[in-house]
Amino acid sequence: MTITEERGRTYAYEDLPRLMGLMTGDEKHGPAATSTLDVLWVLYDRVLRVRPEQSDDPARDRFLLSKGHGPMAYYAVLAAKGFVPVDWLPGFGSYDSPLGHHPDRVLVPGAEIGSGSLGHGLPIGVGTALGLRAQGLDDPRVWVLIGDAELDEGSNHEAIAFAGPAGLERLHTVVVDNSSASHARPGGIAARFEAAGWSAVTVDGRDHEALYAAFTAPHPGRPHVVVAQVEPKSF
Amino acid sequence: MDTMRERFTTVVSRLLDEDPRVAVVLAEIGADGFSGAARRHPDRVVNVGIREQLLVGAGAGLALTGLRPVLHTFASFLVERPFEQVKLDLGHQDAGAVLVSAAASFDWPAGGYTHMAPGDVALLDTLDGWTVQVPGHPDEAETLLRHAVAAGDDKVYVRLSLQANRDALPVDGERFRTVREGGSGVVLAVGPMLDHVLAATEGLDVTILYATTVRPFDAAALRRATRTAGTDVVLVEPYLAGTSTAAANDALADVPHRVLGLGVGRRELRRYGTIEEHVAAHGLDARSLRERIGAFLTP
Repeated sequence: MTITEERGRTYAYEDLPRLMGLMTGDEKHGPAATSTLDVLWVLYDRVLRVRPEQSDDPARDRFLLSKGHGPMAYYAVLAAKGFVPVDWLPGFGSYDSPLGHHPDRVLVPGAEIGSGSLGHGLPIGVGTALGLRAQGLDDPRVWVLIGDAELDEGSNHEAIAFAGPAGLERLHTVVVDNSSASHARPGGIAARFEAAGWSAVTVDGRDHEALYAAFTAPHPGRPHVVVAQVEPKSF
Repeated sequence: MDTMRERFTTVVSRLLDEDPRVAVVLAEIGADGFSGAARRHPDRVVNVGIREQLLVGAGAGLALTGLRPVLHTFASFLVERPFEQVKLDLGHQDAGAVLVSAAASFDWPAGGYTHMAPGDVALLDTLDGWTVQVPGHPDEAETLLRHAVAAGDDKVYVRLSLQANRDALPVDGERFRTVREGGSGVVLAVGPMLDHVLAATEGLDVTILYATTVRPFDAAALRRATRTAGTDVVLVEPYLAGTSTAAANDALADVPHRVLGLGVGRRELRRYGTIEEHVAAHGLDARSLRERIGAFLTP
């Protein structure tokens, strides 16, 4: 199957389980992979202004997958949207495959960052938002996806504490909360962002309409976080 | 004469005016010096507060949008504290930046070990693709900073110090320079070590090479020097002793040779005092160097 033929085909949300099923070998990260599925789909299907042929366009929206472990849902969505060929998926994690158990931006078309080590995406997202602003690129928005346990990393706190007072309006974070943090913050995840001056919304991470509304809520002068709650990770 | 760090502020402030690609990221340290530049270029001079992981991560994000970030703080907070950010946010992302450090190995001895980073260059040596500049004079620092900012999307580390040589030499941002030629050994002096090395080797029949660009290591220059001066090599570096020993060994892998690596000792000194006292304590003053170089080169 060629890329062109795939791009000629339209994939729907219902196709994602089959696409994810093509990838094997990282079952330990299965819950981490499915927790992000709906968030990723709604973003790529309805929110992000980026297409495969735009990968070098300075005006594209940037999506930074910080939670790089369990990237099967991410690869499935990238395949469904034509960024990577569907026939790459079965090779997942093999020596000759560009698709690792953690994504590498140098190898995966459409991946804005390589991730896997937790706590890197949000600081890079801050810099991306600053860089766009410095170049007068006022349209593109920056989205960073992190996990609730990943939020524990101190580097994220540096980024959260800076982005609010700096008024990084184009910076967006979606925290997929599957209750996997060992020491969750009393008062919830949104509270820590709000304390730093962010706009924050908490929604059902499986409800596409609720996610869409949260993703597109106006937040003038402030960065915006969407906390997407999904079923707790089972141990 | 200004210090290397003052020159950095002047030169990079000017580069901000000249080149719309240049952005400076600071973590409080050095921010006062850039206050004028920050008023002229509020979007390209960013002080992230005391947040060194964010300093490097944000620098990487700026680079990914096409800017040329210059990141500055003390070496211990620039290379050591956020080392994984240096490794992943720059190296693994295939993004570039100019890292400019101050305080070096022991520029503030009274400040103690928390503000010393003799291991910075050795630590960067665990990563691929870094250019490392170690100027020995503010004029050299200016030249090397301009090279670094102009070097496309390269990853460049510029190590500034209060230790400096009396006179500047012409530097090209790439090659070692032959300062003196002799027949019984090669002494490679890195950056601020040159004056001590020249004083230490007075009257000795040795070739003196001067290195300000230490990575990539100019293997060709070292090999060339050993053809007339022989393959006894002494490295005198202002950071951790032996940092470049492996590079020198690789350069001479196909000939019998001996290498002595001199520099800052690994053991924590736990002393305050002055730079001069620390130079002497690590055996890097002219008298100690004369003894150690002489003993090594005398058959």
